[in-house]
Amino acid sequence: MVALTPISRTAPGFYVSVVAAFGAFFGVFIGTGQGNLIAGVIGGAVLMGALAFVMTTIIKNERAARWGITILLALGGYLLAGFPGLVIGTFFGWFFGFMTFWLYEGRYRAKVPPYLTPGQVLWHFSFRTICGAIFVFLITPILVVMPLSFNAEDFFTFTPEMLRFDPAGYSLKHYRDFFTSSDWQNALRNSVQIAPVATLLSVTFGTLAAIGLSQPHVPFRRAIMAILISPMIVPLIISAAGMYFFYSRVGLQGTYIGVVLAHAALGIPFVIITVTATLVGFDRSLTRAAANMGANPVTTFFRVQMPLILPGVISGGLFAFITSFDEVVVVLFVGSAGQKTLPWQMFIGLREQISPTILAVATILVIISICLLTVVELLRRRSERLRGMSPA
Amino acid sequence: MSDIKNATTADTAPTPDDALRTADVAQKKGPVLAADGKPLKKSLNRALRLQKMRALALIAPLLIFVLVTFIAPIADMLFRSVENEIVSETLPKTTAALARWDAKGDTIPDETIFEALYDDMFFAQESKLHTRLGSRLNYEQTGVSSLFRKSGRRVEDMGEVYQDQFEDFDDFWKTGENWNSIMGSDEWLAEMQAWNANPDDRQPRFVLRKGIEDVLPATTESYERFAEFVQVKDEDNLLKEDPWAIVYSSLYADLTRADTAAISAYNGPAAAQIKAAAVAAAGFETVNLSEAFFDIDKDWGDIDVWRTIKIYSPKFTNGYFLNAIDMQKSIDGPEMRPENERIYGILFWRTMVMSVSITLSCILLGYPVAWILANLPTRSANLLLILVLLPFWTSLLVRTSAWKVMLQQQGVINDTLVWLGLVANDDRLVLINNQTGTIIAMTHILLPFMILPLYSVMQTIQPTYLRAAKSLGATNWTAFWRVYFPQSIPGIGAGSILVFILAIGYYITPEIVGGTSGTFISNRIAYHISSSLNWGLGAALGAILLAAVLLLYYAYDKIVGIDNVKLG
Repeated sequence: MVALTPISRTAPGFYVSVVAAFGAFFGVFIGTGQGNLIAGVIGGAVLMGALAFVMTTIIKNERAARWGITILLALGGYLLAGFPGLVIGTFFGWFFGFMTFWLYEGRYRAKVPPYLTPGQVLWHFSFRTICGAIFVFLITPILVVMPLSFNAEDFFTFTPEMLRFDPAGYSLKHYRDFFTSSDWQNALRNSVQIAPVATLLSVTFGTLAAIGLSQPHVPFRRAIMAILISPMIVPLIISAAGMYFFYSRVGLQGTYIGVVLAHAALGIPFVIITVTATLVGFDRSLTRAAANMGANPVTTFFRVQMPLILPGVISGGLFAFITSFDEVVVVLFVGSAGQKTLPWQMFIGLREQISPTILAVATILVIISICLLTVVELLRRRSERLRGMSPA
Repeated sequence: MSDIKNATTADTAPTPDDALRTADVAQKKGPVLAADGKPLKKSLNRALRLQKMRALALIAPLLIFVLVTFIAPIADMLFRSVENEIVSETLPKTTAALARWDAKGDTIPDETIFEALYDDMFFAQESKLHTRLGSRLNYEQTGVSSLFRKSGRRVEDMGEVYQDQFEDFDDFWKTGENWNSIMGSDEWLAEMQAWNANPDDRQPRFVLRKGIEDVLPATTESYERFAEFVQVKDEDNLLKEDPWAIVYSSLYADLTRADTAAISAYNGPAAAQIKAAAVAAAGFETVNLSEAFFDIDKDWGDIDVWRTIKIYSPKFTNGYFLNAIDMQKSIDGPEMRPENERIYGILFWRTMVMSVSITLSCILLGYPVAWILANLPTRSANLLLILVLLPFWTSLLVRTSAWKVMLQQQGVINDTLVWLGLVANDDRLVLINNQTGTIIAMTHILLPFMILPLYSVMQTIQPTYLRAAKSLGATNWTAFWRVYFPQSIPGIGAGSILVFILAIGYYITPEIVGGTSGTFISNRIAYHISSSLNWGLGAALGAILLAAVLLLYYAYDKIVGIDNVKLG
């Protein structure tokens, strides 16, 4: 159903009024920004409608018209609000240029089925706009943190210098603070010491158990599964409280081992889920074939089964790692000052003396998560390819 | 087996196991045998059993690990929510004596109970347990903590009246060694002497002289506790310690009791001194213990204090659970707390309402996104899926701090709105430290948990159904509502339960962006465990929350199945 719809130019009444409506909408913001709402709405509508008409009936050449409007609005924005205005004006110019010709040439119908009514086409694009807004909601907090971490001031908002893209408004001082402060470095070291050991524990136990769980006849399979998944379901504060009481009784509270055990327990569900998911597609006849050719169970496991389920095991391990690396509630209760991890330090920073160094740390953590996400995604594709589940 | 003959002889070609089958037929209904001659059924069962054992052996290490590191702590927490041994352990005699006291009457306990209290308090303050008990009972009735602390300080002086009189009467009673020679057995005294000469070894534990407990029962008991305390807790040399005042009080009680036959018959060490003291003790100045306690604090005359002690005497209590639902134990059974002290009902209700609103906003925002992901070509869908997965993989604290930064009064959102002129500079929106902040931030944090299950369900819905419905004359809305939506309900159910379970127990985000009005029950639990140290109440609140979550978990297991949880 792609590009089968015949397209044709639309009537000026249609595209001019739609563009004018958009102009009125953005005029609201310009108008309120300048202190006059009505003038903004009317001005935006008239200006954009007129520009659309001029572009399509007088200039006609699409390329020239779109460059023209972009430059025009960029200049207008610069005169109104300086450098930030220039950026916004350029964006508006590009947008309205695109919008005008998109509507004028009827391209908006090209990718929707030909039988849709105008109302349905309108809904189609409104719906995409709504979804786009939700995606913006999802991603904005992460994107906002990054530039703010280069702030030269100790503020949590964009300073005028930053908005002017003045190099003086940016600095690496929060990163410097992170790499030189002993608090943060201790926290980083603790995190790096705890998470891998906890991951190793949960991956070893978890993989074995997942292989056991995927055998055809397991008594009490459902109950065992429910117990093994429960660390993911039980609210962290309850796990933390219980571990605090119990580990104090047995003398593990406030020790490195206590935190590692607690984090390993929290990571296990993720390993179980990912590895059992991988084992669903595992062909059991392969192990039988290996046994048939004289391999003992250990050899079979390491030479036949392990390479095939390795992607699942690694992504389970990454989940367990990130669980431990991000975990703050349990370590707050089970750990003591000697086990202060990175999230703990961030939590203190957010609750008490809020310092912008947190944003630098946050940016570093986001980059780490992007790397982990990429690795997991690649592993998932590889696993699907290995098991012949993906046409690609 | 009867048609085997047909199978082998009739239309099909011969197969390799024909011989076996004909052999079976020839055997006439005998059990089918495996290659090693054992009945096949048995061999199969054995193989199955072996397989089960192997599977369990693979699972066992992890199961034990989870049971020890995770389930046992939770069980411990549940136990703490009903455990209440501290009262009867610290005040054993008082609680035993109070059992006979009528708490519903309006008279405070009589002198015998004050004597028991004196005994208990004396030993409690020596081992510094009275303040712990005081703070425990303070959760139930305010003021008890200071009452116990005050009484602990002054209870030591109470017995000194007798101590001074005994010591004034005869210097013999002053020294610990004389006491030891009366109370301790001869063998023990000899061992002590040997140890005293060479104190590197362990101190020999105090052994009571035979027969002394018949003569001086109360004194024996006090002295034994004293001796144990000195030797075990303080690890001091018992020979060099002078007895506590309470030993003298007990001695006075023993010497002045009605039945003096045992004392007159006594002929052990220091018989002369004891008999002389018995005669003199009759004329000693006495202490009225209840008066003395009232003297310390008139609250000891408050019947409510005594009722509280009596109510919380048992080893196990439902008091913490009653507190957790805004009730309290009273002498007439459980009752509601006064209107102005009810906070947990509100807190549970608020947790509930906010979790529901978070779940609803997740459905509202997640449904369109899941739809568009399911209906776009795979390549663009995968690209957009990254936008969903990136927040999912980003550290929780990063996202929370991002929201803290954005929602502040001087934060990015308010600054943008002010710059656009939508909000006046002196009238910035209050988006943080209230319920709005918690709902916005948690919706963002939990949205991926809604989108991913919805997406996986929507992927299985055929788009042709919608087109078919429309071609049959359904309007857009009818086609969606009657055809598409019902098929997506499993996804909504799975996502909602998951989001709700996660939301109801959230701690970090409400703590940071919730202020006071946007906090959840978890924050209260954390407060009780780390700040107020009312662990029992924290555990009871946790147990209620856990019950709610497990109920939902069970529902989730029934509806979706835990095996079907997918990540990323």
